[in-house]
Amino acid sequence: MPTQEHDATGVVIDAASYEDLQTIIKIDCNASGEAKPEFWLECYKRQGAEPNSTFLVAKSDGKIAGFTIGTIKTWEFGSPACGWVETIIVAPEFRGQSIGTQLFDAVVSHFRSNGITTVRTMLDISDHALMSFFRFQGMSAGPFIELEMQSE
Amino acid sequence: MKLQQATRYSILAVLHMASRPNEQIPASELADIYGVSQHHLAKVLRTLSRARIVESMRGAGGGCSFIGDARKITLYDIIRLFEDDWLTPRTTETEAPTDVSAELFRVLGEVDRITAATLQSVTLQTIINNAERVARRRDQNQGNSHKA
Repeated sequence: MPTQEHDATGVVIDAASYEDLQTIIKIDCNASGEAKPEFWLECYKRQGAEPNSTFLVAKSDGKIAGFTIGTIKTWEFGSPACGWVETIIVAPEFRGQSIGTQLFDAVVSHFRSNGITTVRTMLDISDHALMSFFRFQGMSAGPFIELEMQSE
Repeated sequence: MKLQQATRYSILAVLHMASRPNEQIPASELADIYGVSQHHLAKVLRTLSRARIVESMRGAGGGCSFIGDARKITLYDIIRLFEDDWLTPRTTETEAPTDVSAELFRVLGEVDRITAATLQSVTLQTIINNAERVARRRDQNQGNSHKA
C-alpha cells in the first residue's frame, strides 16, 4: 500500500499508526456510542501481521479526519477472492469534504494493487446515509444475502 | 415491485432533468422520449413542482427544470409522492389471527424492509453516476474491440 497519498485539499491518506489509535477509538465511540479499545488494537495488530489487511487514516492538517479498514478474503462463504471494506468512518466535523470518498478510493486501490476488483461490504440496513455513501461510490446489492437468528 | 405508471414517469422525468441541471427542458421533449401524453405528464410535473423538486416556466423558452438536490433526493422521496399503499400495511391481530399468519406477514415485512432501505439509499445522483459509469465501460469495451 503506498503511503502518504496527498490530494489537492491537503488530505493525507496513510497507514494507521499506534499513536492514531486513541483518536480512532474516540471517533468510533462518538459514531457508535460505544468505546471498543481492544477491537481497534486488534485491527491495528492485524494490519502488520496480515498482508491482506490494510488500516488507513485520513489526516487533514495533521488531524485524523477518518479511517478505513480493508481486508482481502478468499473463499469466505464460498466466494472467490474479494476485498471487504470492513469499516469506514469520517469524523462529523470533516464530513462533506469528500474524505470518505478518498478513503474508499484508497482502500479500493489497495485491493486493485493486489489483483482484486470485487469490493464488498456489510452494514446496518437502517443506516441509510452510509448505504447511500456506498451506493454513490458505485456499489449495489451483490449475490450474497445476510441471514441471522437468535439461538434458543 | 410494481409501480404505477405515473410513478415510473415521474422518476424518469426527474432523472432526465437532474442529469441536465440548470436547463429548461420542454415538457414535449419529456413526453416524446418516454412516450407519455402531455396531459399525463403535466399532472406528474404539478406534483413534483408542489414538492419543490422541479420548477415549471411558461412562455417561449419555457419548460421544466430540476431545482432539488440530486445528491440528497432518493427514489423513495419520489415514489412516496405518488404511491401510498406500496408497502405491506402493518397487520392487526384480526388480520393475523394465528402464529402462522403472523409469520407470513413478518416475511412480507422483511421484503418491504429491504425494498424501503434500497430506495431510501439510492439518490438521483447515484443513478446518474452509475449510468455514466456503464456508458464509459461500454465505450471502453467498444474501443478495445475496435483495436483488437
